[in-house]
Amino acid sequence: MLTRLTPDEAAFRDEVRRFLDDALTPALRAAGRRCSGIFTDDPHGNDWHRVLAQRGWSVPKWPVEHGGTGWTPMQHYIFASELAAADAPPRAPMGPGMVAPVIMAFGTPAQQQAWLPGIRNGDDYWCQGYSEPGAGSDLAGLQCRAVRGQDADGDHFRLNGSKIWTTHAQYANRMFCLVRTASGGKPQQGISFICFDMALPGITVRPIHSLSGDHELNQVFFDDVRVPASGLIGEENQGWTIAKYLLQHERGASWAPNLRARWRRLEAALEDAFAGAGQGDAEYADLRGELAGLHCRIEALQALELRTLRAQARGAPPGISPSIGKVLGTELKQALTELHVRIAGPAALPHARLEDAGAHTLGVSEDGLFAMASYLNDRAASIYAGTNEVQRNLVAAHLLQH
Amino acid sequence: MTFDDFSDTETALRDSLGRWLADHIDLSRHARVDAPPSPPVWRSLARDLGLTGAGLPESAGGLGGGLRAHLVVLRTLGGALCAEPYLSTALVAGSALQRAGTPLANALLAAIAAGDAVVAWAHAEPGARNAARPAACTLRQDGTGWRLDGRKSAVTTAPWATHWLVSARIAASGASALVLLDAANPGLSRRDLRALDGGWASEVRLDDIALPAEAVLQTGPAADDTLAAALDAGALGVCAEALGVLERMLADTLAHVRERRQFGVPIASFQALQHRLADMHIAFQQAEALTWAVADACHDASDAQNGGNRDAARSRALAVSAAKVTVGAACRTVGQGAVQLHGAMGVTEELPVGRFFRRATQIELMFGSSGQHLRRIDRLQAPEKS
Repeated sequence: MLTRLTPDEAAFRDEVRRFLDDALTPALRAAGRRCSGIFTDDPHGNDWHRVLAQRGWSVPKWPVEHGGTGWTPMQHYIFASELAAADAPPRAPMGPGMVAPVIMAFGTPAQQQAWLPGIRNGDDYWCQGYSEPGAGSDLAGLQCRAVRGQDADGDHFRLNGSKIWTTHAQYANRMFCLVRTASGGKPQQGISFICFDMALPGITVRPIHSLSGDHELNQVFFDDVRVPASGLIGEENQGWTIAKYLLQHERGASWAPNLRARWRRLEAALEDAFAGAGQGDAEYADLRGELAGLHCRIEALQALELRTLRAQARGAPPGISPSIGKVLGTELKQALTELHVRIAGPAALPHARLEDAGAHTLGVSEDGLFAMASYLNDRAASIYAGTNEVQRNLVAAHLLQH
Repeated sequence: MTFDDFSDTETALRDSLGRWLADHIDLSRHARVDAPPSPPVWRSLARDLGLTGAGLPESAGGLGGGLRAHLVVLRTLGGALCAEPYLSTALVAGSALQRAGTPLANALLAAIAAGDAVVAWAHAEPGARNAARPAACTLRQDGTGWRLDGRKSAVTTAPWATHWLVSARIAASGASALVLLDAANPGLSRRDLRALDGGWASEVRLDDIALPAEAVLQTGPAADDTLAAALDAGALGVCAEALGVLERMLADTLAHVRERRQFGVPIASFQALQHRLADMHIAFQQAEALTWAVADACHDASDAQNGGNRDAARSRALAVSAAKVTVGAACRTVGQGAVQLHGAMGVTEELPVGRFFRRATQIELMFGSSGQHLRRIDRLQAPEKS
């Protein structure tokens, strides 16, 4: 890491390390190491979230009044780097990082009371209902309908339609959702942001298995689901404004801490892979050269992210930096997973559950299984959260309007 | 573009120099291959702006701004294709002379800060690529003094120089040495070739030049450390210069695609061009952020070590190489993109964009190519051989 730490920051890093030494059990570390998808499967991710919650570190970026830490941007960066380096299971961000900022910015005090504590302590697990079969990059074209009405039990919406690519819907007990509450006018008008329990009658979850065979994604069907109107966030038909606000948070994460941890893992994998052929092998030299090139790209992204964090701390608006970070972070991750497969070579050919790699006298390389699974899963990185083509459109629009 | 981490002093430095360059450098003619050589901006920097010592220590009569001030100046000069002779004189020679610290070195440093001396940095040798240690230039002991012989290649600044700093190898021991020469020394013969950026690239022969003992400023490991530090300073210096070059190409390209109409619409409305613009911008942002991050890291390293710490030199080398590789990639992405998006006008001498593209192309080859810096990163990161 290029950036120096102040004595306070170094003390903070040591405090985090001590905590991780104690709190991250071997089982949790193994779950983190075996996470070849985007996020660790619940329950491991959520178990770790509960441990962090006990320490007061489950939602570090939240405002202090809601249970956040009040850390400096550099402390957040150090925290993320230490977690990644220690193989902590990555926790899916739909609750803490996506819906929570929306609840804080647009929710009523009653909604904040009702939902934020459960996100912070891990009692609740949220999923995101944005994309639909007919509305991907063109999100404003969504058709899932919510019709407002009154009955004996009060003000409510009747929900019909479907959401797709819903990460971890099979684990979630709550969902936040963009729905169409009015038609006519521009497609961005007439969209509302509502939250509800996944246990409501009329909700069906169908698994979608990804290229690696993993089950992270789902399609969710709504058949005349009665959603209490208390789940509406903000004004009816104001949902597009909220959706854009959330996307800024979704894309505004720091990528370099995890990329650096992955780079170190590739470096170790390379040494293992050529333990037999030796370091004099020409392919070994080629692969090391590629690692050096990726090292430079991670350093550059880290410098960019730290600069953005400093600007944020001064109160500057994020501007187009979330889109730039998304493009660079995801394309670097894809480059790393691609190189990992090349390092693994024939060890990436078999398909088995990672935990079964050594469960036989004829063991296979867990790293090889991981390399292929993460390569396949990470093809999604340039598609989710707004495709990288859409991000480049946004960057260009920003350049041309300034 | 973002200068958000500049201090007030650095912003003032950039603004005053930028205004002076806008008033004095005519970019419609400057650095054209058919234009007569421009005089160096050095005297004016000293006389009008007092900036030749911006990054040099106060003890030498400089302003004490350090590495960051050097880079602010070079970035701004880069936007007007005027980095020479500041780069070789104030930054590269300046950092070598500070490390050498002999009376002769200190006197020359003061002359640089005052704007009276211009220094050619003669390190590269024919066929030696950018080897860190000199080989084709040798020193032989002669009584109490020395004799210097050999060849140097692609030396910038030579026609303007008052002094030369030359790297050499001591014939008897194989140790490195750093030598100071007067530019008027009759044993120095040159073939001055125009470089494509408006500066110079000279081929040089050093023919049995007799030197007093004090002209050899440093020898052995100390000279190796000084050479490495000066070469790293130069590499980071051209990174900063490149930011000015690339920023200008991006601005020209954005203006062009807004104005140029084809098929009845501005070409900025085409998505294929928009994506190329986005990639150019993203490449520039990475180069900019990393260059300044490395500048700060180098500053901290030199604070911590004051000369001799191996770990600090290794960190500096790793950081500078990452910046040089990143900036080199940005030079290609932005430079080639700028030419392409200008269409046929981009491949002519008519527009400044072509001259900035030439400089960007040169920068990637200076102070170590991208390939050499990648090899160095790999070498420094290699696991212990078992």
